[in-house]
Amino acid sequence: MAETILFVLMAIGALVGAVAIVAARNPVYSAMGLLGTLFSVAVLYVLQLAHLVAAVQVIVYAGAVLTLFLFVIMLIGVDKSEDWDEKLPYQRAFVGGLGGVIVLFAGALTVFGNFDWVPAATNTIPEATNGTIQAIAELLFTDWVLAFEATALLLTIAAAGAIGLAHHRREQA
Amino acid sequence: MIVAAGWYMALAAALFLIGALGLLLRRNALVMFMCIELMLNAVNLTLVSAGRALNDLNGQVAVFFVLVVAAAEVVVGLAIIVAVFRRRATASVDELSELRG
Repeated sequence: MAETILFVLMAIGALVGAVAIVAARNPVYSAMGLLGTLFSVAVLYVLQLAHLVAAVQVIVYAGAVLTLFLFVIMLIGVDKSEDWDEKLPYQRAFVGGLGGVIVLFAGALTVFGNFDWVPAATNTIPEATNGTIQAIAELLFTDWVLAFEATALLLTIAAAGAIGLAHHRREQA
Repeated sequence: MIVAAGWYMALAAALFLIGALGLLLRRNALVMFMCIELMLNAVNLTLVSAGRALNDLNGQVAVFFVLVVAAAEVVVGLAIIVAVFRRRATASVDELSELRG
């Protein structure tokens, strides 16, 4: 029962935040909507026993990424005068058509399909997916150690690229 | 009583849809970037729900790699946005319609 109540509350929070991102005129409000969505999704992770993922979500996303977003928004100025004139022809119609098709698809799936999309799905919380630090680390440093090293390389390249971009501009100015 | 994985999937699909529509509708490069983050989060939620339903911890490990790639993407993307803003003094993607410096 507790999970149902929390799920409904957090789902509403996540959806409100998501709509706020798209609908807000001020980018700062968009960032606040993203913050609400990120925290709601973190609670949903906890509900599914993904404790470490939830913690990392709050630290990396809400901590680092969102701070970076707000920093850039403040740096380049809050630009409220975004014109909503669509310059690409048929873009609005394309968006409407795409959204309609996806909603119809989801509706058809809900009405006609069954939600037992996973054959082995059980309706209890399995202990094996209890995402503790030990359990995640064991997988991360055995089966996925090559991907782990690759992401380390990727992060180094990204940091070097960001420094290069910033430095290059200063040289030319 | 626990919530079935299908409901988490439905929520993730709704979040992904909102993010995709925002990406297509908005002009501000920063807001478009936030919409991409929203879509990545929806996918992460899907991975965690699928991992729980399948009783497999690899779903949560995959979320970690998505998080790392998203962090790297934000670093480079925001650097590009700032670099473009310094040159053109705008964050609107419609102003950047020609492939000249």
